[in-house]
Amino acid sequence: MSGFDLSGLKASFGGERVLGPLSLRVREGEQVALVGKSGAGKSTLIRLIHEQVGRNSSLVPQELGLVNALPVFHNVFMGQLDKHPTWYNTLTLIRPFAADRAEVKSLMDELGLGEKLWIPTASLSGGQRQRVAIARAIYRNESLLLADEPVSALDGPRAHQVMALLRDRFATSVIALHDVELALQYCNRIVGIQDGLVELDEPSDRLAPSDIMSLY
Amino acid sequence: MLSYPTVRASLIFVAVAIVGLLFADIAITASNPWRDLGNFFLGVVTPNFFSSEGLLTALLRTVAFAFVGVALGSFCGFLLALVYRLLPVRIFCAFIRAIHELFWALIFLQFFGFHPLTGVLAIAIPYSGIFAKVYSEILEEADPEPRRLLPPGTGMVAAFLYARIPDCWEQMRTYTAYRLECGLRSSAILGFVGLPTLGFYLEASFSQGLYSDAGAMLILFYVLIATIPLWVRPKLLPVYILAAPFFLGDGLPIVWGNVERFFTEDIVPAPLRSGEGIAGLVPWLNDLMVNEALPGIWNTVLLTQVALVATGILALLAFPLISNHFGGPVRRTSGHVFLVIARSTPEYILAYILLQLWGPSMLPAVVALALHNGGIIGHLIGRQTNTLRLRPDAPTGFNRYTWELVPRVYRSFLAFLFYRWEIIMRETAILGILGIYTLGFYVDSAIQNIRFDRAMVLILVTALLNIGVDALGRYIRRKLALQTMPTC
Repeated sequence: MSGFDLSGLKASFGGERVLGPLSLRVREGEQVALVGKSGAGKSTLIRLIHEQVGRNSSLVPQELGLVNALPVFHNVFMGQLDKHPTWYNTLTLIRPFAADRAEVKSLMDELGLGEKLWIPTASLSGGQRQRVAIARAIYRNESLLLADEPVSALDGPRAHQVMALLRDRFATSVIALHDVELALQYCNRIVGIQDGLVELDEPSDRLAPSDIMSLY
Repeated sequence: MLSYPTVRASLIFVAVAIVGLLFADIAITASNPWRDLGNFFLGVVTPNFFSSEGLLTALLRTVAFAFVGVALGSFCGFLLALVYRLLPVRIFCAFIRAIHELFWALIFLQFFGFHPLTGVLAIAIPYSGIFAKVYSEILEEADPEPRRLLPPGTGMVAAFLYARIPDCWEQMRTYTAYRLECGLRSSAILGFVGLPTLGFYLEASFSQGLYSDAGAMLILFYVLIATIPLWVRPKLLPVYILAAPFFLGDGLPIVWGNVERFFTEDIVPAPLRSGEGIAGLVPWLNDLMVNEALPGIWNTVLLTQVALVATGILALLAFPLISNHFGGPVRRTSGHVFLVIARSTPEYILAYILLQLWGPSMLPAVVALALHNGGIIGHLIGRQTNTLRLRPDAPTGFNRYTWELVPRVYRSFLAFLFYRWEIIMRETAILGILGIYTLGFYVDSAIQNIRFDRAMVLILVTALLNIGVDALGRYIRRKLALQTMPTC
């Protein structure tokens, strides 16, 4: 089950309603882009969905959640800590096994970071760190992706490459995006958020960029 | 200015210290203090490294006790840090760290005698309490986000190793290294109660007026501490820790009969032991409180408050010495040397030396506490000013000090000072062993008179006083919104 049907989603901050109440139903195979002004409630919605669907989803939060002192490899490997016994994980911390190395290496090659596998994430640039968090989500291998501005720090061609990769790897996804072009190109359903409420909900092939601009 | 809470708090503390000075016994009673001080400095500049073969052994033992004690303390402290959330653990840790290393040594001496275990436990026990607190604070501050993102079903151990430890590792390593330096100081002063470390030889040389021997010992000690980054290497650490237990010396064997007697007879309050029962306990406790505990508390608090303010003043005067906002390289180098010496010398040794030279009063204690603690805080604040970037046309000289630097560092200065408040009080109590009428004096006298029951009650009182000041210090830091990481 990678889709979900949530209703009564709402959030307040300092006594003021910032989101909802709203309902969102996402079926398997739907790749949803959340668009809207910054502050509209996209991040809050992603966080709420993550809390509601349980943790059986791959999450890329805006603040990435990397362990800065660990190298790229270990940050990615953390996506599958639940798949191995404790002794295996502990040994990997000291000396990773060849099979895992190869797997993570090929994933990082796809993301253009194969050379940086053993560098602590603290010394990477913003865009590189973002790709490490994306790699961890992919490596985790859940069928539902929840991502909050996953390509905000990547330049044009790289952003397209990563979005294509996410589209191919996850059948179902909810991605908050501020880039309308990317949203229309890589997602099949657009949900527009304005002042904490759903203002727009259409398949992407029925929309043009100008339809979305009204939200901004 | 008076509307600033930090300024008001500072003025209240200064006022308390001034009132305290009126009651404190501040005097130089030695007949010729300056000649003695001169002789001592002459001894330091003409050190005699070859007078006795005991010197190198003492140095080796000092290092060995420090390594075993700190390693054991950091291991137990780490385990305790994992369950530090639990209130009983927190209370237990607060209690064991409120009792000074020397008090622990005095207790263990009574039943283990001069066995190496006495020295090791005297360091390891209070250090476990300190490590537990600081490690748990560091672990608390680890970024929670990576933990939230772990797949459900991740084992507790794996989650801890991946998402918690790496984030904290650097800080824990730095703090443990700093504690090792403290451990060397603790180990050195254990000699003053008879363990075979530097303090023992220092006291022996001093009492015979062999100032050049004493000077050699102090210089070796400074070199030992100043070169820690050179000889304490991560790769060598396991070697040191495994080897250290073999260099503690043999001491004297433990007499288990003494251990049993200590717990079943010696520390049982006298009226209970003689069969007077609970009825006899009240006058006994009353006598102990009125004649020993209360005067001890009064003098301890008095000396602490005076020493705290003296520490603050010295730190504010000393930090420009190493700040690169002033003067040239020569001044900074000599400033560094002065601050390294001030903070590497244990208060206890400073107080001992000054007491020998100036005669018994509170003055040597205040100067010793202020020099050591002021040196530490001055060093930290000075280093902090080096990270400040002033505008190019900022005033220079005294105006730079008063307008640009002090306002910027004052809050962290106060944070460090209140953090060290409890430490100063712990030391103040212990300086009583040297003959100043603080709580340590009454503890030491009770032990000399083989009245361990009274000594234990007095040590308990000291611990409670420390816990009280610690809580008050934390309350004030919170009230003034002062933040500090436990690095001093």
